Amino acid sequence: MNKPFDKLDSLEAQSVFILREAYREFKNLAMLWSIGKDSTVLLWLARKAFFGHVPFPLVHIDTHYKIPEMIQYRDKLALEWNLNMVYGENAQALKEKRTYPDGAIDRIACCKLLKTEALKHTLAGTWPRYRLNHSTKKYEVDANTEPYTGVIVGARADEEGSRSKERYFSPRDRNSDWDVGDQPPELWNQFKTDFAPGTHLRIHPLLDWTELNIWEYIEREKIPVVSLYFDKGDGKRYRSLGCYPCTFPVESTAKSVHDIVEELRTGKFKNVAERSGRAQDKEDGGGLETLRKEGYM
Amino acid sequence: MEKQREQMNVVIVGHVDHGKSTLVGRLLADTGSLPEGKLEAVKANCARTARPFEYAFLLDALKDEQAQGITIDTARSFFKSQKRDYIIIDAPGHIEFLKNMISGAARAEAALLVIDAHEGIKENSKRHGYMMSFLGIKNVTVCVNKMDLVKYSKDVFEQIKSEYTKFLKEVNLEAANFIPIAAREGDNMVSLSKNMPWYKGESVLEALDSFKKAPPKSEQPFRMPVQDIYKFTAEGDDRRIFAGRVESGTISVGEEVVFLPSNKRSRVSSIEAFNRPKQTESFAGQSAGVCLETQIYVRPGEVMCRASGNDPLPHASTKFRANIFWMGKQPLVKGKTYKLKITTQQVPVILSEIVNVMNAAELASVAKPHVDRHEVAECVFETMKPVAFDTVDIIAEMGRFVIVDNYEISGGGIISAPIFDEESFLREHIRKRDENWVRSGITPEKRAVKYDHKSAWIIIAGPVDTGKQRIAKALEEKLVEMGKFTYFLGVSNDLLAAEDNLKNMLFRKYESIMQLGELAHVLTDAGLILISSITNIDDEELDRLKALNRPNKTLVVNVGENRFAEGKVDLNLIENEATPAAIDKIVNLLIKSVVLDAEYFI
Repeated sequence: MNKPFDKLDSLEAQSVFILREAYREFKNLAMLWSIGKDSTVLLWLARKAFFGHVPFPLVHIDTHYKIPEMIQYRDKLALEWNLNMVYGENAQALKEKRTYPDGAIDRIACCKLLKTEALKHTLAGTWPRYRLNHSTKKYEVDANTEPYTGVIVGARADEEGSRSKERYFSPRDRNSDWDVGDQPPELWNQFKTDFAPGTHLRIHPLLDWTELNIWEYIEREKIPVVSLYFDKGDGKRYRSLGCYPCTFPVESTAKSVHDIVEELRTGKFKNVAERSGRAQDKEDGGGLETLRKEGYM
Repeated sequence: MEKQREQMNVVIVGHVDHGKSTLVGRLLADTGSLPEGKLEAVKANCARTARPFEYAFLLDALKDEQAQGITIDTARSFFKSQKRDYIIIDAPGHIEFLKNMISGAARAEAALLVIDAHEGIKENSKRHGYMMSFLGIKNVTVCVNKMDLVKYSKDVFEQIKSEYTKFLKEVNLEAANFIPIAAREGDNMVSLSKNMPWYKGESVLEALDSFKKAPPKSEQPFRMPVQDIYKFTAEGDDRRIFAGRVESGTISVGEEVVFLPSNKRSRVSSIEAFNRPKQTESFAGQSAGVCLETQIYVRPGEVMCRASGNDPLPHASTKFRANIFWMGKQPLVKGKTYKLKITTQQVPVILSEIVNVMNAAELASVAKPHVDRHEVAECVFETMKPVAFDTVDIIAEMGRFVIVDNYEISGGGIISAPIFDEESFLREHIRKRDENWVRSGITPEKRAVKYDHKSAWIIIAGPVDTGKQRIAKALEEKLVEMGKFTYFLGVSNDLLAAEDNLKNMLFRKYESIMQLGELAHVLTDAGLILISSITNIDDEELDRLKALNRPNKTLVVNVGENRFAEGKVDLNLIENEATPAAIDKIVNLLIKSVVLDAEYFI
């Protein structure tokens, strides 16, 4: 007898399997939540894997150039879903105004400072982490400064070239560097879960998902997403979310999740790359490899 | 909602430079699957850097790849035909990157194997063919590429076809199709080419669409390797959920289940899921959650199977025969302890025998004492504790494993047969130990007369915080007071922590158990009454401790809830039993077991 098991079921089952492997194998595990659609689907999959709970912290890197609605949405869900919410930032660069919007540096350098550096130090516990206190609803400096040894990330293989070459469990060395020329073998759902002290792993449960799959799943599961993804009447919407100085809305009249699914399936975005609205990609010679080798997600 | 389309993973394999990335690039371009502007951008980039345009540049995304003109790692690309969606996995052909090719191919349901018509069948054409057979990929189509370089000659094509068919037969594989193509020119890619009017078969695109998806595994016996056991009590959730992916079969609420290798049984009380309508059944493919009627203690790694009905159970054994391929930088050698990962089980393993080693390209056997990188071999492996598995021909997912050497996955293997062998590793170890042991003329009997008691090892076991150590220490005090030669050897809870969250805890635990057993054997051999309190060991570990202490006596006292199988425990005490009562009972046990002389006490 054939059981009803479709493509989304199978993508979901694989991602859940990966999340459970990660949770069993890593004592200091964290999930990155950029507030975008992919990492929100990832968060939802964690709730699937752990039956409504999320048994590890969610880490957000706040560049302070995020669109304000993203932060409101983050804190709302964190409280509603009882999430262990943590954020980190590059306080010094922000204080010294060493950013692209301040006119001090170029886009790539800005990404490196506000995202990559902030991320590295937040994961390593060398810069302050701010943790949401559910009773006061305020963020407080987190007493826990232990480094995270497993970091779950919502990267998809269809996003850009270097991501298409990723493993589900991908080792990073002491400096968060990625050795793309020598990745571990990964077969039959046996992942690299043994690692030398000082190294850590990035875990990618969404590698096999496409942008369309993500939206189909959001539609099926009715996952709440930030409203920036929808056209609110001006014929514009965000397709990919980032910092407002470097992320631009696309021309689109998609007003609902269903509209977006249709647009990707048969409409105007059928063959247009998702990150076409991200300026930093173009400055890296058309790929994110340089940024990603150094620790960018 | 529109009906979802079927998805299939296809790997592209073959010798280096035979045009795999070009084939994929061309396929993406000709089916309109490239993002808008991508082709133009890559062409412009080539013009700027004064390099001729290659379709492969669409895939070889890494900078080193473009610089060297080779594929280093597998890339996933997504494309759609009329029939279904594909994830195309472009694998590298260079021998140096075999592990990357295997990683890509292990995810695939079908393969396109590319052979250069001009160069003919090369070493990796064969090695990759062998690997397809090894990995169990049944859907294979061979593309004979670069036909333009041999003037579209039918003879060249037929020659390669016949030679390669013969090779595939030797590795038990049959290609669904042989297609002559010129990927760069687009010949026979999405439609038949005028350049080869003699070819009337399918185009590459049609061949892809005619691959068949494997039938669902729901019909096979039920197997759910336990990934973890969750209880989120702190969040007000009292469910105790056994989580894992159902690899085969189905299970329903009310059915009796048995866990292997521990043999513990219970019954399914509910199927749990988040944001799903209530289910009463779980089936192959699902990452499921199962609650049981009774509280039983099993660890992650055990395989949940159906106890009732006609389902055959998997093997639970410490020894099996397997075919492996080795990718490690260090060779695979006999006697060294590696880590075996099979389903969700992780156990120490040693290579006990090499039946033969083979060069996968030449299919020639070589006699040698170890297995080098990129070689395949038939071997016998022995695990340090029983593992549950099926042979790969019965349930593939239950018969595939990897071997970890020093943090790295270094080999992959498939189990061909279990071996039931009396001479297990432990027995062999003990036999050798006893052989090498030089003894004096003082026999255990002489010692017992002199000491006024026989030697024994009293293991005080049970769950955490039940008063084991208190009882053990008081017992030592009592026996010493009575003039008995006694020694207390406690084992810290950390050393043998039950929930194996920490890295390599399993190995540390395995080593600790071995050390503890050896140490106990020395002390009991010296005539002592040895007392140990040990938290959270399982039946298997208890058996191993007893075996290591043989021929000397071991007595097991459990404190608190008894999680051992029937017959394992000599005395059961209640949780936090008062010291005097506990001592009395244990001393009685010692008398009953003739460690102590009864009359002496009366």
